[in-house]
Amino acid sequence: MGLFILRRFGVMLLTALCLTFVVFFLTNLYPNLEKLAKTQGNQRMSDEQVEAWLDNRGYLQPTLIKYGQWLGVTPGFTKTLADGQFVGTCVRPGGTPEDTRNYCGVLQGDWGYSTVFKDEVGSIVGKRLGNTGYLMFWVLVLMVPTALIVGVLAGMREGSALDRSLSTFSIITTATPEYVSGVIFIAIFTSSTVGLKWFKGTATSAMDNPTFENFFLPVLTIALYGMGYIARMTRASMTEVMTAQYIRTARLKGVSFSNIVMKHALRNALIAPFTVIMLQFPWLLNGVVIVETLFNYKGFGWALVQAAGNNDIQLLLAISVVSVFVVLITQLISDIGYVYLNPRIRIS
Amino acid sequence: MEPLSWTGSIAFLNPLLMIALGLMILSIVVWILTSIFLPETPMTVNPDGTLTSGSGLRNTVQMALRYSFLASVAISVAYIVLGIILGTGAGIIGAISQQFLPVWVSLIILYAMSIAFKRRLGLYGKLFDSPIGMIGFGLVMFWVFTGIFGALDLIVTHDPLVQVSGMKNKVPGTPLPNVEDGEYAWYLLGGDNLARDVFSRMVKGAWIVVQIAPLATLFAFMVGITLGLPAGYYGGRLDTFLSFLANLILAFPVILLFYLLVTPEIVATGVPNYMAAVLFVFPILFIGVLLNSRYYTRPKFRTPLLIGVLGVAIWLYLSLISTGGYIINTDAYRIWGLPTYLDLFDIPGGILVVFVSVVFVNSPTVFRIVRGLALDIKTRDYVAAAQTRGEGPWYIMLWEILPNARGPLIVDFCLRIGYTTILLGTLGFFGLGLPPESPDWGSTINEGRKLLSIYLHPALPPALALLSLVLGLNLLADGLREESLKD
Repeated sequence: MGLFILRRFGVMLLTALCLTFVVFFLTNLYPNLEKLAKTQGNQRMSDEQVEAWLDNRGYLQPTLIKYGQWLGVTPGFTKTLADGQFVGTCVRPGGTPEDTRNYCGVLQGDWGYSTVFKDEVGSIVGKRLGNTGYLMFWVLVLMVPTALIVGVLAGMREGSALDRSLSTFSIITTATPEYVSGVIFIAIFTSSTVGLKWFKGTATSAMDNPTFENFFLPVLTIALYGMGYIARMTRASMTEVMTAQYIRTARLKGVSFSNIVMKHALRNALIAPFTVIMLQFPWLLNGVVIVETLFNYKGFGWALVQAAGNNDIQLLLAISVVSVFVVLITQLISDIGYVYLNPRIRIS
Repeated sequence: MEPLSWTGSIAFLNPLLMIALGLMILSIVVWILTSIFLPETPMTVNPDGTLTSGSGLRNTVQMALRYSFLASVAISVAYIVLGIILGTGAGIIGAISQQFLPVWVSLIILYAMSIAFKRRLGLYGKLFDSPIGMIGFGLVMFWVFTGIFGALDLIVTHDPLVQVSGMKNKVPGTPLPNVEDGEYAWYLLGGDNLARDVFSRMVKGAWIVVQIAPLATLFAFMVGITLGLPAGYYGGRLDTFLSFLANLILAFPVILLFYLLVTPEIVATGVPNYMAAVLFVFPILFIGVLLNSRYYTRPKFRTPLLIGVLGVAIWLYLSLISTGGYIINTDAYRIWGLPTYLDLFDIPGGILVVFVSVVFVNSPTVFRIVRGLALDIKTRDYVAAAQTRGEGPWYIMLWEILPNARGPLIVDFCLRIGYTTILLGTLGFFGLGLPPESPDWGSTINEGRKLLSIYLHPALPPALALLSLVLGLNLLADGLREESLKD
């Protein structure tokens, strides 16, 4: 088991390295750098000025060297410009050669400096992740129990009226992406035309003061899309368990139906949904980006959109590292959890 | 011109529909409750071996549900039929159903033909045995026909890009201020914030989805199958390597990938063209290997067949990836492609990058599914029999394993078209790829959401259209799964 986890961590690191390199390569293509130079310097710069601006700040070094600088294995680039300004990869605005470190990379715990927000990347990502973590917490609180209940109720009597209604409900939710359900919810519950002003159409105020009124719609929008899928998986697993031999034995012994469901079927039926819930995290991440944009909630997804839209290289890299680790760690947890929940499977 | 109301002269149907819908909802609730609380109706076996079920409360409720459902459907059909006859006399609904006339006709012909010949049509025919599959197929074909006829300018009432002054954010059914001859006099679903017709934009948006989504899914399947079969069949190093690559792409959040790939800056570097050049090779490889592995024992037939098929495929491939005589045309350097007089069609850079990135995002998942299926099927006896016969590995993969994996693959194909539609909408929602004035559903939703708290009508039609198409594909997949499990 230890070896398995160790190997998985190795693969995870390798994946993260490859992915960050891809992100690094794509954000460092020349047209992207040109855009960065123009937004940071001056929109009306000529081609030569753009090149000089980029050259002075070390953006035109070979990609591998720049990647090494970001990782912290090659020394940072510094240069003193003709007008006495001191610039470089490790230099914060207004920095001097004395207070600038030689190596500044991820290995040194330095995530870089965001060109959009004019702040340390580490603190931005931390703050935004906090906001998103709060959102995700409530999404999970709403989504997981509802999905499991819907799935178990639908699966315990296959083909019954309850099953058909709940299955229709879960198909409809899987067919409704966040930007559709979000728009419909905003239209119904917040607009002045319909008149049901139950909720607020934006969640901007929810960052400081989350209430049911301004926070429920974003949570519901993300939760609904993921819910259908988990419910369908739970239903499939529940129907499979309900046809198993030991359930029939219990029935023949005369155990009541509610006891069969609660005591015999439920535990085995919940093994598969556990993996599904864990593997839903990458999709939830997508939902977070859409919903945060739609409801103007300034979390992790919102930061991703800002960073990508402005080619903020270091912020984008930090965001991709975080999201890749979220994806990979949830995969790892689902694998390990599956082994613990299902004693029939052993990792060799 | 008078503004149109929603139902016009057929308003007498509204209370009827309300009653029917109310009864249906009520009977659904009662149906669920009775199924939980009442015992199942006892069945009695008659002396001749037939079964008689008692007429308990449950059956009554089921009857009520069936009749109220039929009544709702009948009234909805009445709306459409009266609408087709009365046109704008029957308000917005009438005008819209009249505009959709070609779609209704084609749907009726399609269904009549399919049901008449359903026993000879294999799996497709069996679809018409399952009500869920029929509803799903109907929704899907509705949008397919809408897309096709919309592209032929049959359904649209106005040019989706033309702005009419005075129509900004007008509610549905508003008449145009100065109607010229031959111009449609109303904005059926209102105007958006640039005074364009919402209805026509929704119809034109269907064409973009209907064009891109199935084709992109098909390409993703070609890539996934061509790589997934050998990975599952051979295993070993190849499998480890390909699975690592697939997991690498899957670990990317889709939106981050889109933001990195689908920007004008990336298009300027020619990266999408390289990716297109690589990804679009796979269908050619697939077709080539497929035919060669089957017919290599008959070289006299195989060689001309391969030359013909691959010639056409490569020609299509080259015209697909080359634009204006170049495969890659950036400021720094260019690579020659097919000369323009041989180039069949040009794909605008925006569409190409959307297409490529959607294929790129979908293919690793297909790869994993195919690999899993291949791992499972390669242990079967018929594969062992083929190996004993001395068949080549590619013959076994493509002509033994693949046909036996078709059931799950067809179901996943339907689901994946729906997912691709969602992805296209996501791209439009973030304003990536397609030009901002493009009428695709995602972009329209994105534009409409900005004024959503005041004007609902620009954002809701495309949102509901996308919802119904994806729902249709999901139901279709469910119906197919059900029917394919039966045999």
